[in-house]
Amino acid sequence: MPRVEFTRNLARQTTAPPCQVEGETVAQALEAVFARHPALRSYVMDDQQAVRKHVVVFVDGTAILDRQHLSDAVRPDSEIFVMQALSGG
Amino acid sequence: MSTKFYLGTRKGLIQVERLERGWEITRTSFLGVSVPMLLPDARDGRLIAAVEHGHYGGKLHASSDDGLTWQEIAVPVFPARADDEPEIICPMSQKPIPQSLEKIWALEAGGPDEPGVLWCGTVPGALFKSTDGGASWKIVEGLWNRAERKEWFGGGMDWPGIHSVCVDPRDSQHVTLAISCGGVWATHDGGVSWELLGKGLVAEFMPPSEQENLNIQDAHRIACCAAHPNHLWLQHHNGIFRSTDAAHTWERVTTANPSDFGFAVAVHPQDPLTAWFVPGTQDDRRLPVDAALCVMRTRDGGQTFEPLRTGLPQHHAYHLVYRHCLEVSRDGRTLAFGSTTGSVWISEDSGDTWQRLSADLPPVYCVRFA
Repeated sequence: MPRVEFTRNLARQTTAPPCQVEGETVAQALEAVFARHPALRSYVMDDQQAVRKHVVVFVDGTAILDRQHLSDAVRPDSEIFVMQALSGG
Repeated sequence: MSTKFYLGTRKGLIQVERLERGWEITRTSFLGVSVPMLLPDARDGRLIAAVEHGHYGGKLHASSDDGLTWQEIAVPVFPARADDEPEIICPMSQKPIPQSLEKIWALEAGGPDEPGVLWCGTVPGALFKSTDGGASWKIVEGLWNRAERKEWFGGGMDWPGIHSVCVDPRDSQHVTLAISCGGVWATHDGGVSWELLGKGLVAEFMPPSEQENLNIQDAHRIACCAAHPNHLWLQHHNGIFRSTDAAHTWERVTTANPSDFGFAVAVHPQDPLTAWFVPGTQDDRRLPVDAALCVMRTRDGGQTFEPLRTGLPQHHAYHLVYRHCLEVSRDGRTLAFGSTTGSVWISEDSGDTWQRLSADLPPVYCVRFA
């Protein structure tokens, strides 16, 4: 199962532990995480359900291309990192 | 005398109290995170804070123990735009205005007869209402669906924003708000329907044919007198205006001394003839006139103004005071204001004299008395 990990700065604000979830796309994987930790959603996604402007999602070291629908594919052994973008400060 | 106020700053919430030995900072919350707006709700004693993370967006938190502990509550959510719904293009920048929360710019409590009602103004310009103390929010469609919204544009920000919401103490269904840049609006039915007001306002930043267009006026801040709510003061981009008929018509005040440019205005809660401003050099410089800071007060409805300088720096003082950063307390004598340069001053004598709380704070975004 893909592993999802969040920048440690997020843990200061809300519950954001690393976890392993089912999913073939970034959207599916993150939805699985948000199902476990609903408060985390609004910190990663904006109110129109796109990735927040100053948040970056990496899959196996590469930033995802589809920030609107998060359709980028993930493999069973993929590592997904949700990080702060330097554009945010 | 009022003995407590709160500062929303670029780096957190700061609580200030009057102790026996004087005014002191007694608590901080959300350190490191921007706090653009606060609401101490007198109805239930809760303190509500808008918290704006640089990376993770805007949130709302509430405290029932004066900031000791906080619970995250719901945040306004913009409606999704339908695929066949055209984007609204900013008439100035010609860029699409995002339909997504960027900033919480106004938070006000409903009347004492409607517990749980909260109003929230945002950037981009929208008004939200909660009827359950912030557990949920609904966009106020009566304003959102007005065709005039397409003409609003940003003043000081990229997008238009609602920064002032005045709930009539006599009638909670009567709410007046102001938009930069989108004029002054009022509802008499709790937000169902809205009327564009503001006859007499003049926007000199527009071509002559558009200067009296009510829908593009840049009201920097409006404030009403609690005891006489038909009396409002307005710090406009192009001067100071006063209304005595609940914002329907405005009279320009031309006697300001030393300047009629600024952002903030505070009105005496009992005396509608008394108001305070923090004047600056218009408009491209936005500094205290001659780099000497003063608060400007009128006590006669704007016939005369007096600059109040005692205790304020008079040499090389480059403090700008944003629109939510000057407050008068309910006693009408205690005032506080904070600057973009991290200074906060307090007066206990209606502004005659000032003392500086600190010169070392983050940029101040709002000041609210408990």
